[in-house]
Amino acid sequence: MSRIGVFVCHCGENISRTVDVERVAREAGALSGVAFATDYKYMCSDPGQNLLKKAVAEHNLDGIVVAACSPRMHEKTFRKAAQSAGLNPFLCEMANIREHCSWVHEDREEATAKASEIVAMLVERVKKDKKLAPITVPITKRSLVIGGGIAGIQAALDIADAGHQVVLVEREPSIGGHMAQLSETFPTLDCSQCIMTPKMVDVANHPNITLHTYSEIENVDGYIGNFQITIKKKARSVDMAKCTGCGICMAKCPQKKIPNAFDRNMGMRPAIYVPFPQAVPNTPVIDRENCTWFKTGKCGVCQKVCGPGAVDYTQEDELIVEKVGAIVVATGFELYDITEKPKGSPIKGYGEFGHGKIPDVIDGMTFERLASASGPTGGKILRPSDGKEPKQVVFIQCVGSRAREKGISYCSKICCMYTAKHTMLYKHKVHDGQAYVFFMDARTPGKGYDEFWRRAVEEEEAGYIRGMVSRLYQKGDKVVVMGSDISVGVQVEIEADLVVLATAVQPRQGADTLAQKLGISYDKYNFYSEAHAKLRPVECATAGIYLAGACQGPKDIPDTVSQASAAAAKVMTLFSRDELEREPIVAKVNEKNCVACFYCKKVCPYGAVEEKEIRDRNGNLIRVVAYVNPGVCGGCGTCQATCPSKSVELDGYTDEQIVAMIEAL
Amino acid sequence: MKHDFEPKIVAFVCTWCTYAGADLAGTSRMQYPSNVRVVKFPCTGRIDPVFILKAFQKGADGVLVSGCHPGDCHYMAGNFHARRRFAAFRKLLEFVGVDLSRLQFSWVSAAEGGKWVEVVTELTERVRAMGPMLEFKELEIEECWSGKIDTPELKEAYNNI
Repeated sequence: MSRIGVFVCHCGENISRTVDVERVAREAGALSGVAFATDYKYMCSDPGQNLLKKAVAEHNLDGIVVAACSPRMHEKTFRKAAQSAGLNPFLCEMANIREHCSWVHEDREEATAKASEIVAMLVERVKKDKKLAPITVPITKRSLVIGGGIAGIQAALDIADAGHQVVLVEREPSIGGHMAQLSETFPTLDCSQCIMTPKMVDVANHPNITLHTYSEIENVDGYIGNFQITIKKKARSVDMAKCTGCGICMAKCPQKKIPNAFDRNMGMRPAIYVPFPQAVPNTPVIDRENCTWFKTGKCGVCQKVCGPGAVDYTQEDELIVEKVGAIVVATGFELYDITEKPKGSPIKGYGEFGHGKIPDVIDGMTFERLASASGPTGGKILRPSDGKEPKQVVFIQCVGSRAREKGISYCSKICCMYTAKHTMLYKHKVHDGQAYVFFMDARTPGKGYDEFWRRAVEEEEAGYIRGMVSRLYQKGDKVVVMGSDISVGVQVEIEADLVVLATAVQPRQGADTLAQKLGISYDKYNFYSEAHAKLRPVECATAGIYLAGACQGPKDIPDTVSQASAAAAKVMTLFSRDELEREPIVAKVNEKNCVACFYCKKVCPYGAVEEKEIRDRNGNLIRVVAYVNPGVCGGCGTCQATCPSKSVELDGYTDEQIVAMIEAL
Repeated sequence: MKHDFEPKIVAFVCTWCTYAGADLAGTSRMQYPSNVRVVKFPCTGRIDPVFILKAFQKGADGVLVSGCHPGDCHYMAGNFHARRRFAAFRKLLEFVGVDLSRLQFSWVSAAEGGKWVEVVTELTERVRAMGPMLEFKELEIEECWSGKIDTPELKEAYNNI
């Protein structure tokens, strides 16, 4: 390549104030291989781009360098311009003489010299540039949603309503997630079940949604547009096709004393059960760990009473393979459990709150079940130890959250609001009761949230005490809470009937294992990381995988639903095309040189390197070489730097291009 | 301010973090020495140690390699590979006898314009104080003496070292 054009931009005065652009153009013109060099006030403007196009035609240019701003800003603009001038867009390079030069150096002479050198480096680089063709990959227009909470449900419904097939995978026997457990929701105090269950039914009835409950993701292969998912459907021991959901099996099951996890272990359920009456699908599942048949081989009552003969003890876990083009991860959260110190977790535990040994110290979700009309007490607030109505309730905020010394530094976001809601629910049900809240800050930034919190404090007279609790202990049938009120500087001691801890929101257990299967990144708390905190908040750095809800960080319902719809919109954008075009910055293997050491395969973060067999005409295996799947390759180039035989090359960043730049130093 | 010796610093940076960090330093109009030349890579994982040798050989007095913070890599793990590779490479340089102070490895995120300025300024000042990098230039001249090229200029240059 020998006919390079150099276009130096003034950027108004941004560059020309400190860089002598005319001199830069002049010096560039003298470089070997440069056929044309000029400067212009605004290169990115329409006349600027036209100037560039005209020069390409007039001077028969076969490569261009635009010396202007950062390529992060306008590389696409100029590559497009080059393309419309008939050049391959990848024969256009940008020399960043604004962000990296004129704006950071005041001395005109120094800045001009540096700008000239930067241009010279890029001129050498462009000489080694190769024409690259965009890569197209076909898209499978089906999507996978992992997690059947409100985030997953919303995303699945949005995508399905747009006419695309959705596979929804939920770990539990029923969809619904945490929202189905809630009594009322802030800041409107509308009933969670009333707004949730119709959506759950919509999911079950939607012709475009395939629902796999009691299932987990076993394996993920492939890349954007072409994922292959293996789902493990755990044995339900009940044939979903035959079951009518009559419930006789549950009523007749002799084993009835199993703590109900949905009711936070306060109620009891049989061994064959649905998690809650409104469960979707309304098909029971046998809990094999507690079922007498599976433990001793005797019983079989449910099978005997089942009219349609749906109970099947011989059912086994099955593996299902689904092909999808996009994945929405919506695995949600769980509450930090103070009863145990999680293994391998940075969290140090809460000994001062009795490690959860005092029965009347409960967490927010347990209180939620107590207050819920569908809960174990039918909506009456009764304390777990003796079933009495508590007259003094202490709520403690920030248990686990915002406690760096305990291992979690983030704010769990929803606790201020749900505690305010709890004080209200309590007051509505126990009129002569008194609620106290120990808090550090009240964080209520959502729409209508501050008004709601004020209502709790001012109208419902919740006693807000600014300060933390140092210790609590059992005294008779009371729980003594010792803390301080820092706004007046006194010690406070309250003899409470019930203590509710607003424990930290954490990602689901196993969130890291799933992330590793998906190849997405997660932070030190195991929350999933978005591609860009501000501009790409629902995408993962791995293309084709999107995030919704609390798996990304603590979120309330409105935020979760918004993000779920946003993720669905991203999926629909992807599905609006039949083929996917991506930047051709991918690695290629020189099969002649490859010695099949597969170091590249070991270091590839995307699993893009495959083993390729080379056979002769008769089909005899000659040797095995590495092959980079261009659809999977992310274009990091780690393979190239690792390859001992120099057989891999990343397009756009070849050794030749880099060395040319270094040689021009 | 002009000095007697202006070192050449080459910065090998990844496009997602450090390049963007340097852009931020620009948009924030932070000032730093003009000695640095940036070579952009998709990821620090792409940076072959040979490039560092090449840079020194081509007259760089200091080399900076900078990428995303651990855990922030756009390509998930490229910076970890880079870190490991450079740990080994520095050992090699040390063994060969190149002063390690001329090679700097750092993490600069897209939000750390200030840190970019700090790192570049520090390295420039340090290398300036160390003087020109001669080890590779000597080697090059040695090579020339071994019979390939033999010019009076080179002979003189060799005698002056």
